[in-house]
Amino acid sequence: MNSRSMWCKLAVLTLGVTAAAGASARTEIQNKGSDTLVNAAQSLAEQYGKINPNVAVAVSGGGSGTGIAAMINGTVDIANSSRKMSAKELQAAQAKGRQPVEHIIGYDALAIYAHKNFPKDSITVTDLAKIYGRDGGATKWADLGITIPGCKGEIVVVSRQNNSGTYAYFKEAVLGEKGKFRQGTLDLHGSKDVADLVEKTPCAIGYSGLAYVTDHMKALCVAPEAGKPCVKPTEQTAFDGTYPIARPLFMYTNGAPTGEVKKYMDWIKSDAGQCIIEKEGYAPIKKVKCK
Amino acid sequence: MNTGTQALSNRATTAAVAGNFDRRNADWYVDKLIAGLVFVCGISAILFVLGIFFFVTREGIGFVFEKMDFREFFLTPYWSPSDAEDPEHGILALIAGTASVTGLAMLVAVPFSLGAAIYIAEFATGKTREALKVLVELLAAIPSVVWGFIGLVIMNPLLIKWFDVPVGLSVLNAGVILGLMAAPIMTSIAEDALKAVPDRYREAAEAMGATRWQVIYKVVLPAAKNGLLGGVLLGVGRGFGETMAVLMATGHAVNIPSSIFDSVRALTATIAAELGEAVVGGEHYQVLFTIGIFLFLITFIINLSADLIVRGIRKG
Repeated sequence: MNSRSMWCKLAVLTLGVTAAAGASARTEIQNKGSDTLVNAAQSLAEQYGKINPNVAVAVSGGGSGTGIAAMINGTVDIANSSRKMSAKELQAAQAKGRQPVEHIIGYDALAIYAHKNFPKDSITVTDLAKIYGRDGGATKWADLGITIPGCKGEIVVVSRQNNSGTYAYFKEAVLGEKGKFRQGTLDLHGSKDVADLVEKTPCAIGYSGLAYVTDHMKALCVAPEAGKPCVKPTEQTAFDGTYPIARPLFMYTNGAPTGEVKKYMDWIKSDAGQCIIEKEGYAPIKKVKCK
Repeated sequence: MNTGTQALSNRATTAAVAGNFDRRNADWYVDKLIAGLVFVCGISAILFVLGIFFFVTREGIGFVFEKMDFREFFLTPYWSPSDAEDPEHGILALIAGTASVTGLAMLVAVPFSLGAAIYIAEFATGKTREALKVLVELLAAIPSVVWGFIGLVIMNPLLIKWFDVPVGLSVLNAGVILGLMAAPIMTSIAEDALKAVPDRYREAAEAMGATRWQVIYKVVLPAAKNGLLGGVLLGVGRGFGETMAVLMATGHAVNIPSSIFDSVRALTATIAAELGEAVVGGEHYQVLFTIGIFLFLITFIINLSADLIVRGIRKG
């Protein structure tokens, strides 16, 4: 091939690409954050793409902290978070000239995962604090009077990486504002990793969103303290607030949303969007009837 | 190389003698251009290292001067930098994690790579030798994420089965993986060091009636000891700096290990796992860069001493 024909082809190619980009004029919405929400956000984006082909929503995970950091750094349109933004983060955002606006898009019950062999069906928040808290007192299952077939050693305490909204919410709900996690928890990346590890490890206990519970593990019924009745983690109990460790799920936008972002947020809060939230295993923000 | 330059200068002389045409012809410009390019490439390594050090220091130094409590940083094992109320920045447990994994990796890699190097350099001949060298280099080319995957998917269940431990993601798992990763580089360097021992040493020893083992043990190894030590140190540097494999195989738990079956977390893995979420310029971001400075200094010292030791053999 001589160089002249190559240049010609290159020019044609460039023109073609420019023309194609001009013709479709797709708006891209950047959506990032919570690993808990990532599957739901992905389905929302896919469904929305079918209804409105001119908008492409790019979804990625990484943890609530990642999404909020991206919002503060100005690299996303919508940040997903499974916890509220902290006062410090709000300050940091304002210092950079951004005004995060909070939208609640659903509710999630934080299920306590245990291995199939786990002999009981319930656990109290007090016991969870003993297992997860720094110097909480329980390092072996025997300390809580529990014997698990196939488990001899210490409790394998499974937690999440410290930028996870799930981590932050669990800490607040179980260990309290000032509480600290114990040393030596396995800090996994993503709810699915927690589920995988707990399924395979008889000694393990873990926590993550209800949507990630599988048939190969137990999602324990949780009581606030000994003697009180326990509540099963379901969409219903998350919605009505009877489940002790349920939390709202957030999306943050920079300022009140406008244009395509506003349309997308409105659609998520509409019946169509909320049905997808329900289908993904979370409680919707209002009563919806879905097919 | 030498003959080339000679030919060029010969031609230049001829041209000067002839004197009737301009010396600044196309060749002259090409020559200057290439010389300039080579010079830029040569000093770029220095510029890059300095640039990286400058960048890492600039990002992390704010924490070092303003908020860092040296005692807390180096002597407490509590790491919860994202805590809104009361963040803790102790890296003792992370140092213990990195050190224990690297230490175990060296225990695995040193005998392994030394043995391989002795076999390749002293015993293997012909095709066996060539095949082995290629294979060792191939081993060095396996991406670290693949090693991490092996640790997570293959070693984890095996360790649980063999040792009856609750989780297989531990110092042992990561140490073995890292040892296998460091072994090829150490083998190559050790083999070079053994090859650098002059044959007359071996011949003299054999003439004195030494057996093959005695030649290696009493003559070749002592003569090559600087090169071998340098190789080991480079392996240690590799261990300290490795990220992906240790992130996947250690279990990622902030913990001072009391046995090789405990889960730990490495300094590098902490940066990799947390930097993405940290707010640029925030305290968490800065403290991660401070760990970066610390890692940079350690690997710099290790690699520098390895280099000095290896140079030592050439001079002495």
